[in-house]
Amino acid sequence: MKVLITGITGAHARMVAERLLGRGYEVIGIDRRTWTDPPEGIRVYKADVRKRPAADVFRSERPDVVIHMATITHFSGSREERLRINLQGTRIVFEHCHEHGVKHAIFVGRHTIYGAAPDAPLYRTEDEPPLAVTTFPELADLVAADLHAATALWRWPTLKTAVLRLVYTLGPLRRGTLANFLGGPRVPRILGFDPLFQMMHDEDAADALIACIESRISGVFNVAGPPPVPLSVLCRGTHRKSFEIPEAIFPYISGRFGLPHLPPGAVAHIKYPIVVDATAFQAATGFKHRFDSHSVMTSFRGD
Amino acid sequence: MSKKVISRDVAERLSRLNLPFDAYGMDPYGISRAHLGLFFTFLEVFYKHYFRVRCFGIENVPKTGRAMLVSNHSGGIPTDGGMLLASLFFEGEQPRLAHGMVEKFAQTWPFVSHWFSRVGQLPGLPEHAIRLLQDDRILMVFPEGARGTGKLYKDRYQLVRFGSGFMRIALQTKSPIIPTAFIGGEEALPSIYHAKTLAKIVGAPYWPVPPYLVPMPLPLPCEVHYGEPLYFEGTGNEADHVIEGYVEQVKLAISRQIKYGCALHGQRRAGLSYEKLGERP
Repeated sequence: MKVLITGITGAHARMVAERLLGRGYEVIGIDRRTWTDPPEGIRVYKADVRKRPAADVFRSERPDVVIHMATITHFSGSREERLRINLQGTRIVFEHCHEHGVKHAIFVGRHTIYGAAPDAPLYRTEDEPPLAVTTFPELADLVAADLHAATALWRWPTLKTAVLRLVYTLGPLRRGTLANFLGGPRVPRILGFDPLFQMMHDEDAADALIACIESRISGVFNVAGPPPVPLSVLCRGTHRKSFEIPEAIFPYISGRFGLPHLPPGAVAHIKYPIVVDATAFQAATGFKHRFDSHSVMTSFRGD
Repeated sequence: MSKKVISRDVAERLSRLNLPFDAYGMDPYGISRAHLGLFFTFLEVFYKHYFRVRCFGIENVPKTGRAMLVSNHSGGIPTDGGMLLASLFFEGEQPRLAHGMVEKFAQTWPFVSHWFSRVGQLPGLPEHAIRLLQDDRILMVFPEGARGTGKLYKDRYQLVRFGSGFMRIALQTKSPIIPTAFIGGEEALPSIYHAKTLAKIVGAPYWPVPPYLVPMPLPLPCEVHYGEPLYFEGTGNEADHVIEGYVEQVKLAISRQIKYGCALHGQRRAGLSYEKLGERP
């Protein structure tokens, strides 16, 4: 079975690609960036998913499965760029899937689209609306991409489509939104708040994508690992120094004193929890996480 | 530090509390064993020494499995919630943690929202109530809501309008309802006026003003009464008039508990024994 991964040079995508290769899949990838020394058996096409050469990869390679991972966050792109890559890119990739006989398309999204709010349920099911579109405008393009990918479910019923909303990934790769947040000299916290953070190990995330392919599921699914932990525990467990700041002065010191710069919408994400209920995915695929919270945090520390 | 502060009784009962704590002492709802220890040590002082709460009918609360405690609400500030939590933790053979449904405005307050979530008191959303009951937990519901705690002293022990959402959830999750009465709260903090401007400033629905101005409950004796469980058959999708009929039955059962409790409370305040009150309702 041939699997095409968009955004294949990303750290998590590489891990998925290598694991698929190890399980006997034929793996190809598309990315604007270069993977200088991919393992033997993985073919990487240097192309932008929105441009014609990418369409030619679909046309000539005729993949059976597409994993769409070519999305970016506010950490790595401007608003215009995010809109182009996340929304337009997703639209074009799914159109290629439809036109070129792909059997199973998987959109790898994020659980943060549910947004953080004081009156939101602790456990979000897939039926919950994505509040982030208003609470965190920097995520609006990812919310739109997620919802647009899900339209394939009714637009092209013969194309099996799975929209996955993964919790934060953390681990030895030290890449991703949560790793970036924890990566600085100090981790900012809002004084008087200690929200739950839900994360899964990098390897568990890769295994979840493989479980999705092998179960050939379609639908919208939350994907999670161990139960959530408070941000204070996360800081202790990853040996990070946290710095509690009163909310009123947070905007003035964000990005200074060794703190990462966070857009205003992100403040809600360090005040209130975003926790998902992933039982539907577990029931559909049989996926079970291997790494508990402690292992996830120690593997991020790397000791 | 917290281990030194936690009382021996709390530590012993905490070790028998049936919650799935992980290696970090956290359960999947974000409840922290360390926070619970401090919280119940704090409540213990008020429960045993300040309000000298007496508990009746604790045998009506199941030792395991789901149940919905439905109680009157009173007292300006929700001390009744804290005392019900303490009674379930301290009185039963098997300590249990009840989950209250907290007013949404409290979630925006620093420290307050953090502590509520660490001790299992989640925002009052149907999603939380259903999930907790399906997980065989005890839910504590005050269907009078802020209308109940906001009652003035002149309206004490008069039940105001009950919401009906709790009944649909009880039917949907097939949970028994335990009619509960808390007696004494309305005398401990007798509200005679609501300061509306102050309430608006802090974002609360009301601000109780007692005759002595500071909204702090007085150290008066209180009682908790748990009635026999009520079982209702249905799916939760019944017509409004059917649900309202069930809600009236619960309200009536609580009224009986309040009537009995008030008679007993009067005897206790008068220094009499409890012997001559007859059958419990």
